[in-house]
Amino acid sequence: MRALTWHDKHDVRVDTVDDPEILNPRDAIIKITSTAICGSDLHLYDGYIPTMQAGDILGHEFMGEVVETGPKSTLQKGQRVVVPFTIACGSCYHCGKHQYSACDNGNPADNQDIGQEMYGQPMSGLFGYSHLTGGYAGGQAEYVRVPFSDVGPIVVPDGLEDDEVLFLSDILPTGWQAAENADIEPGDTVAVWGCGPVGLFAVQSAFLMGAHRVIAIDHFPHRLELAKKFGAETINFEQSKTYEALMEMTGGIGPDAVIDAVGLEAHGFFVDNVIDQIKASLFLGTDRTHSIRQAIHACRKGGRVSMPAVYGGFVDKFPLGAFMEKGLTLKTGQTSVQHYMPALLHAIVEGKIDTTFLISHRMSLEDAPKGYKMFHDNQNEVTKIVLKPGFAVAAQ
Amino acid sequence: MTIATDDAPSTTSKLNEERASGIAAVSQSRGDDLIGRSVTINRPRDELFAYWRDFSNLPSFMDNVEQVDILSNTTSHWVVKAPAGRTVEWDAIITEEKAGELIAWTSAENADVPNSGRIEFRDAGARGTIVTATIAYDPPAGVVGKVIAKLFQREPAIQARRDLRRFKQLMETGEIATAAWTQKQRDEEKA
Ligand SMILES: NC(=O)c1ccc[n+]([C@@H]2O[C@H](COP(=O)([O-])OP(=O)(O)OC[C@H]3O[C@@H](n4cnc5c(N)ncnc54)[C@H](O)[C@@H]3O)[C@@H](O)[C@H]2O)c1
Ligand SMILES: [Zn+2]
Ligand SMILES: [Zn+2]
Repeated sequence: MRALTWHDKHDVRVDTVDDPEILNPRDAIIKITSTAICGSDLHLYDGYIPTMQAGDILGHEFMGEVVETGPKSTLQKGQRVVVPFTIACGSCYHCGKHQYSACDNGNPADNQDIGQEMYGQPMSGLFGYSHLTGGYAGGQAEYVRVPFSDVGPIVVPDGLEDDEVLFLSDILPTGWQAAENADIEPGDTVAVWGCGPVGLFAVQSAFLMGAHRVIAIDHFPHRLELAKKFGAETINFEQSKTYEALMEMTGGIGPDAVIDAVGLEAHGFFVDNVIDQIKASLFLGTDRTHSIRQAIHACRKGGRVSMPAVYGGFVDKFPLGAFMEKGLTLKTGQTSVQHYMPALLHAIVEGKIDTTFLISHRMSLEDAPKGYKMFHDNQNEVTKIVLKPGFAVAAQ
Repeated sequence: MTIATDDAPSTTSKLNEERASGIAAVSQSRGDDLIGRSVTINRPRDELFAYWRDFSNLPSFMDNVEQVDILSNTTSHWVVKAPAGRTVEWDAIITEEKAGELIAWTSAENADVPNSGRIEFRDAGARGTIVTATIAYDPPAGVVGKVIAKLFQREPAIQARRDLRRFKQLMETGEIATAAWTQKQRDEEKA
């Protein structure tokens, strides 16, 4: 089959590799019909996530048709399914608590050592996201092997297009969980850093959960425009001072809840951010954390901090004092996708959540390397790229 | 003699004397190094005990163990992978057994790698069962011994942890997780 493989920083290629096979009783093989490139994939593309190996197949947002099933799979050939990016067994203690991203068994035993050493306890497996999270082949390919297919994938009802439901695999539940982790109360003002897919779904979710106002922060005009469409007020951090603006817009109180949907590659010419970048280039630190610092600084006393953004390693200058003195609460984590899928599918069917607005480009799987470059270089216009293995290759 | 005054298991002690007393506590101890690992498994204690007690099941989740032949109710013969395609072998004797709770074993005389240990099963309420393996072992001397020692010393604690995780996966999910996507890759991983 054809598959998008990682080779090095800024070097991804479409290669021909072996087709996947059923290996365990609960497996299924999915023929991919749509698969997206994620902001998280850019962290891999930029070489920020350790334990990548040349030849690793990327992709964790995908859906398709069931073409083969193991004896214990509950799926049937021909069904259309969306697959959650977290690989969870459904039967361990954490899955029982619906903390699917903390599943004990989704990550192969040998690979769990890395997470155990780095984080104290290993997390679940993830598709196409380094060997820290299992080393599983991802779904930017023609076919993929899906473990635990009896608990993960959700069957898509007839009449829904791929583009409407594809984001159930990651970013829609992630934006939703981000808003849920902000413990929004009626009348609240919620500030969201980053108007990428995760931030934009967090904006929509925050309103659905009763937020009175949402203030969205970014520097890309087009992305801010999309946030505005959903009712958010905006701050362009290149034109305005974020902290000052937030304080004035909230009558000197600060936002009740803050959401960091930026992550370890924060943009912007801020002193702390520049120091982070120098440290990263000298291997003295790993993560660029300007947005979470600023979010904690701006958050009102006794407020809530929600951090869907991905961080991998260590940070400097974390404002622990502000965090403690103001009595803040922080919630974060890889999304427990399986927990949110059924209700969010329902919300899509009911027309309560808009998903297709996000897609700016659709292209062939063969064009994926071009897609990565576009997404990386032009984030203003390129909001989301969906790869379709069936699509014709664009003329050069 | 310094004995720890806290409640931590002797397998986690920084004090040599405390570790020595831990080795002595392993039934009929053979070996001078000690490792201990616990894992919580979301299944009933009796079910886990029964699977483990049938030693011929062990190669299904212990990657280094090639084969276990049952010789009698208390004795078994073990064939374990060593570097360069070699194997090491020994007979193991059960020295203590409490149904549903505990199995202790020791290797017979002339074992390639003298070892002894105990595997304990304790109720953990709604979380299932805590399974604790405590193993004392003695890497062999000599030239061949050195190679074997390298294998066993490489990270016996990590090996034990991985084996217990695979046991947990098998018991909780009915299968052992793999990131391979073809049978060929999976076979290469196991080799
Ligand atoms: N928790 C999870 O399970 C999960 C799942 C998916 C994605 N994520 C993470 O969420 C984050 C966002 O993902 P995405 O797909 O939306 O990414 P994205 O790269 O498309 O969007 C990030 C946005 O943040 C903006 N930004 C950069 N610096 C900023 C700053 N200083 N202040 C305000 N905005 C700034 C960028 O301009 C961009 O629009 C990433 O870190 C991603 O890895 C987490
Ligand atoms: Zn994603
Ligand atoms: Zn689980």
